[in-house]
Amino acid sequence: MTTGTASVTAAVWSALGRVRDPELDEPITDLGFVHELVVDEPEVRARLRLPTYFCAPNFAYLMVADAVDAIRAVPGVERADVRLEDHFAAEEINAGVAAGAGFPDSFPGEAVNELDELRRTFRRKAHTAALERACRVLLAGGSRVEELAELTLRDVPASPEKDSLLRRRRELGLPVAPESPLFVDDDGVRVPVDQLALRLRFAQAVRVSIDGNASFCRGLLRTRYGEEGTG
Amino acid sequence: MYTKDGESYFIVDSHVHAWDGSLTNQANRYGKGFIECFYDYHRNLSPEGWVWPLEKFEKYGEETLVRDLFDEGYVDKGIFQPTYLSDFYVNGFNTTEQNGAVAEKYPDKFIVNGAWDPRNGETGLKNLEMLAQRWNLKGVKLYTAEWKGISRGWKLTDPWAYRYLEKCEELGIVNIHVHKGPTIYPLNRDAFDVHDVDEAATMFPGLRFIVEHCGLPRLEDFCWIATQEPNVYGGLAVAMPFIHTRPRYFAQVIGELLYWLDENRLTFASDYAIWHPRWLIEKFVDFQIPEDMQAEYGALTTEIKKKILGLNAARLYDLDVPREAQVEPEPADSGEAVGSAPVVSA
Repeated sequence: MTTGTASVTAAVWSALGRVRDPELDEPITDLGFVHELVVDEPEVRARLRLPTYFCAPNFAYLMVADAVDAIRAVPGVERADVRLEDHFAAEEINAGVAAGAGFPDSFPGEAVNELDELRRTFRRKAHTAALERACRVLLAGGSRVEELAELTLRDVPASPEKDSLLRRRRELGLPVAPESPLFVDDDGVRVPVDQLALRLRFAQAVRVSIDGNASFCRGLLRTRYGEEGTG
Repeated sequence: MYTKDGESYFIVDSHVHAWDGSLTNQANRYGKGFIECFYDYHRNLSPEGWVWPLEKFEKYGEETLVRDLFDEGYVDKGIFQPTYLSDFYVNGFNTTEQNGAVAEKYPDKFIVNGAWDPRNGETGLKNLEMLAQRWNLKGVKLYTAEWKGISRGWKLTDPWAYRYLEKCEELGIVNIHVHKGPTIYPLNRDAFDVHDVDEAATMFPGLRFIVEHCGLPRLEDFCWIATQEPNVYGGLAVAMPFIHTRPRYFAQVIGELLYWLDENRLTFASDYAIWHPRWLIEKFVDFQIPEDMQAEYGALTTEIKKKILGLNAARLYDLDVPREAQVEPEPADSGEAVGSAPVVSA
């Protein structure tokens, strides 16, 4: 990473840190996906790379497009040149994002517009996993599973797990007021006590799945590019 | 057969390949990207000493395959799961015919599975009949994400897919292995979406749907479906090798699968040549859920290990199991999973 104005560079890095892999629910900067960042005001050049040649193109498109939006929003930046490298669909994705074409128009005849729905699906999964982690904190503190049905956000002790849950709720447009019920479904409806144990068990499977994927992807990125690939 | 501490394990490796990913067979950059992606999986999750050079990995040949599986790898029966990838490889990556040619040289060692693609319409149905007759098919491997011309994949719920599933019933092809897992992707859909398996499993209760890679990286969606559909199974290819690099994660995956399904519906697989069965089997037999996780997931018994390593697949393919490797017979129906699953502890 080379620098323009230190403050702009820091701002760009921090903006990229808010771009998340929609599936892994982690910042692309932490995952090591930002391979190169050159700030040459008012232009920023970034290169992204992924754990495999065949990583899902829809997720790849979202990350490139989100990175462009994030960089452009930084004061002092006028142009963002963001490209995906070493990926089977890199050419189409880069051209599509640069032209602001949207995903389906980047792959004429091959893709349909499901990205918004896909993103929602994975935000819901991220919320489910975050809810389970927060519940684990409560259960470790002595709460019983049935009690979770009655609790509100206020009852969750301040913790990274709570912060993470609140952020996921905001992303989904779910209430974050302290008096809001804690254990809600994707639409913000409180889960009744008789369904809670099963929901919690399923949430655990979601969490295991997401955590496992993130770790596998990090490993593959390291295998593909060596230790320096971990960002 | 693998023997350890006086226990005998009948081993069915439910997912093996005799592929050709070599340069001369690569049709384009996708073929190159595909084998390199496999190779990264191999390098990333194999223990030291088990990693091959890329050239060998691209094309290892029949002698290596047979030695690795049966001489060194403890495998009693290997199930060939074809992966055509005709758009990526000149002669295909590993087709039924290629696998079959190897199988015929080593009688009683392999089971040859076929494949079909609903996008081939009537012609494909005729081909399936011929394939079934030629290789005495009991199973097929389906790649719903396979590219074909402009198409980037299909679903089990497509009307033509139902025609093929009906044909399978008619031909006695009862084991439908569906690849739902990493590596190739349809362009826009969520490539790992397993919901089409749900509907097909309901529509065809006489068929067994073995979801290869158990839906990883969508384990939860797979579990949710499998718990409701008694004819849905989980193939452990790709899940197994985590036993070495990430044993706690492996424990969680096995723990979740045993909770949502049960011990009768999981099948061992190496995905050879991505991983070698020898170290997978040795480690699995030695494996135990870590103590601090046992309150949540319970422990793995010898009986569970025997079932996963071979007895479950033997049941699916009507294989004879030597007496010393058998366990007490159980009802064939593994029953409802969630209702009978353990209560969540507080």
